[in-house]
Amino acid sequence: MSQSAPTKTQRPLSPHLQVYKPQMTSVLSILHRMTGVGLTVGLMLFAWWLVAAAIGPGAYAVFMNFAGSPVGMLLLFGFTLAFFYHLANGIRHLFWDSGLLFKIENAYKAGYAVLLFTALMTAATWYCVLNKGPYASPSVTATLTAAEAEGETR
Amino acid sequence: MNMKWDNHGMKTPLARARGLGASHAAVPGWIRLRVTAIGTAVLSLWFLWFLSQTIGTSHAEFTAKLADPRNAICMLLLIIAAFTHAVLGNREIVEDYIHNEFFKLSKLVGMYLFFFALATACIFSILKIAL
Repeated sequence: MSQSAPTKTQRPLSPHLQVYKPQMTSVLSILHRMTGVGLTVGLMLFAWWLVAAAIGPGAYAVFMNFAGSPVGMLLLFGFTLAFFYHLANGIRHLFWDSGLLFKIENAYKAGYAVLLFTALMTAATWYCVLNKGPYASPSVTATLTAAEAEGETR
Repeated sequence: MNMKWDNHGMKTPLARARGLGASHAAVPGWIRLRVTAIGTAVLSLWFLWFLSQTIGTSHAEFTAKLADPRNAICMLLLIIAAFTHAVLGNREIVEDYIHNEFFKLSKLVGMYLFFFALATACIFSILKIAL
């Protein structure tokens, strides 16, 4: 009997990631990491912005032109969303690091507060940007036109 | 690859437990990630104010605002805090999800070099504008 080929024992398997119902706590946790990586990509835009400003008005206008383009605005909107989410949820994490908000209902309440803060702050920021910011201001329209003119002459 | 686990016979339990996380050097990195988190959070409030003052202005107005020592210093601090936080955060993710020592190290070294270069470019740009 011991000489026969070992039969495969049916051991119980631990439930894997895909069989879990997504919970707010786990979804917000993975979103924290995803927005963190997203913000890292945003740092490249941030670096482009500063380096362009140091190079001069031409390079700065190219950046501003990109920032005003649909792709640029989409990236910046994502950056704003990720920024406010990561900021608020990071503060939630700092509470946990200090041993607070561990009761499951408090973890959930703080989670909803994070989502509300993210939505409100992103909306408020873009309300200001679209109504008072570069897309509404004559000086940047001038910068953008200058960039376009520069692009045409090249 | 697993040699490091094999010679702990003479260590106390605490010495054996130290550095057994995915990173092999957890505590200083853990603290640094939190300190840079607080720094970035506070400075990003300044950054929102700075953006509200400069967004939509011309290149000349923007560089003049950034050249103000108070703004230049805050921007430099923000870059140091945010880039350190970004590198440490990405490092945590790499250490958690990449298990092959070679790929893990290549990813980390590449990331360090890239972000060190990016941060240096930002710092140089601010100094060039402000000085």
